[in-house]
Amino acid sequence: MSPALRSIAALAVGQAISVFARFMTAPRAIWQGIEPVPKQRVYFANHSSNGDFVLIWTVLPAAMRRQTRPVAALDYWLTSPLRAFIGRAVFNAVLIDRRPENRAEDPVAQMAAALDAGSSLILFPEGQRNSAEAPLLPFKSGLYHLASARPSVDLVPVWIANLNKVMPKGEIIPVPLICTLTFGTPMHLAPGEDKPAFLGRAAATLLALRPKAQE
Amino acid sequence: MTSPHLLWLLSGIGGILILASIIGEILRLRLSPSGENPVVENLNARITAWWVMVILLAIAFVAGKAGVVLLFALASFAALREFLTLTTHNRADHWSLVACFFVVLPLQYIFVLTDLYGMYAVFIPVYVFLLLPVLSALRGDTRDFLVRVSETQWALMICVYCVSHVPALLYLRIPGFEGRTVMLIAYLIFVVQLSDVMQYVWGKLLGRTPIAPSLSPSKTWEGFILGALTAVAVGTSLWWMTPFSMLQAAAMCLLLTMMGFFGGLVMSAIKRDRGVKDWGHLIAGHGGFIDRLDSVIFAAPIFFHVTRYFWSLT
Repeated sequence: MSPALRSIAALAVGQAISVFARFMTAPRAIWQGIEPVPKQRVYFANHSSNGDFVLIWTVLPAAMRRQTRPVAALDYWLTSPLRAFIGRAVFNAVLIDRRPENRAEDPVAQMAAALDAGSSLILFPEGQRNSAEAPLLPFKSGLYHLASARPSVDLVPVWIANLNKVMPKGEIIPVPLICTLTFGTPMHLAPGEDKPAFLGRAAATLLALRPKAQE
Repeated sequence: MTSPHLLWLLSGIGGILILASIIGEILRLRLSPSGENPVVENLNARITAWWVMVILLAIAFVAGKAGVVLLFALASFAALREFLTLTTHNRADHWSLVACFFVVLPLQYIFVLTDLYGMYAVFIPVYVFLLLPVLSALRGDTRDFLVRVSETQWALMICVYCVSHVPALLYLRIPGFEGRTVMLIAYLIFVVQLSDVMQYVWGKLLGRTPIAPSLSPSKTWEGFILGALTAVAVGTSLWWMTPFSMLQAAAMCLLLTMMGFFGGLVMSAIKRDRGVKDWGHLIAGHGGFIDRLDSVIFAAPIFFHVTRYFWSLT
């Protein structure tokens, strides 16, 4: 495929995925203590479904969408040509390898490079999809390392509600239900804050955005 | 499918909406130049919602029977999505919920489209009622079982069964009213929505005594009585567009406004129970589909059956 054709196809597929996500979930963004303005940010969210970053991407205003790249697992997204096309061409994902023994590049350095190039990021600090009873899995250390590498960037918590019911892990056909995405006040690494304290605070900030009815 | 009466009614509604938009804009400039008056903002949001509703209906009427059926099938889809978001279900119900959206809903509207009264009248209350819980039971999770299957059935009755009776009006065969059944839909929606609006307006102007304060503080006796009377008066004056005599039209309008009021009351009770203010947010910040349609949902099946029983040949 020629590059021009490829980028047109990527645009069309991105729009189609977005329209489908809207049809199935009528997603609603609640901006709580933060505004949807084009500013560089790292959005970090709970992870229960492969549709998570699609929903965040869908509810962002178009100008911000182009600037925002999901951080995704290379060991998942490069396993088939279709996934590779969606991951790379459509969503321009920062693909990181979750398997330390196979890594060619340091994931934190990859994310920092994307930030230095002016992009915003979507990050799932749990590192894998959560299908347990607990609302959040313990965070991996990537968010902390990124926060200490680029301390001035706003870290924005995003709670995605209901998507796990739309498509529970292991089901093939999604059921249409309304999802809400709550964007919270940005946080930063505090001076002298160590890794467990920061990750604990980030998880608590994210959990605090859960809609009341779900508790 | 257009008849001169429909064009008159639609132009009349268009005129009312233009007037409402002008009044809304004047109120906005006077009282809420930067969006600080919630009542004025809410009024303008409602006017916009009515414009969308009227334009969509007009397009569907022009597109014919299939267009109207499709429009209400989509309305059912949006309503069901809102309703099932608030009901109790767990992973064991996944296949029942998928069946609600992708089997039950399309089949119900295919039965309406193909005029199979014997099917669309009993499909959800009999066949789905008995068979859908089986899908959930087979998964073996019995926790809250009765609550889960009852709430799913309720969602289907309200959002699919009741809503599908609006396009079903097109298929009634009323002697002397051939080719004009689209007027029944326009009349139903016009009278019920007018009653809603006038109850809201009179309630804002003169409302003192709440009807059910724990349910909905904005519903007052003054608003309800004056609003319903206004809708009955206007609806009766349009009797010549309907298959009804003037007296019959008055009785029908009374029935419609009562059912519409009951719909608002029952759906408010469900919202209260679930701790939400609105069913959804289809129109950003101004409520969902069911919030705008609750009264029509309750009025439609009764209007259909009364009209069918007393006036239709089928």
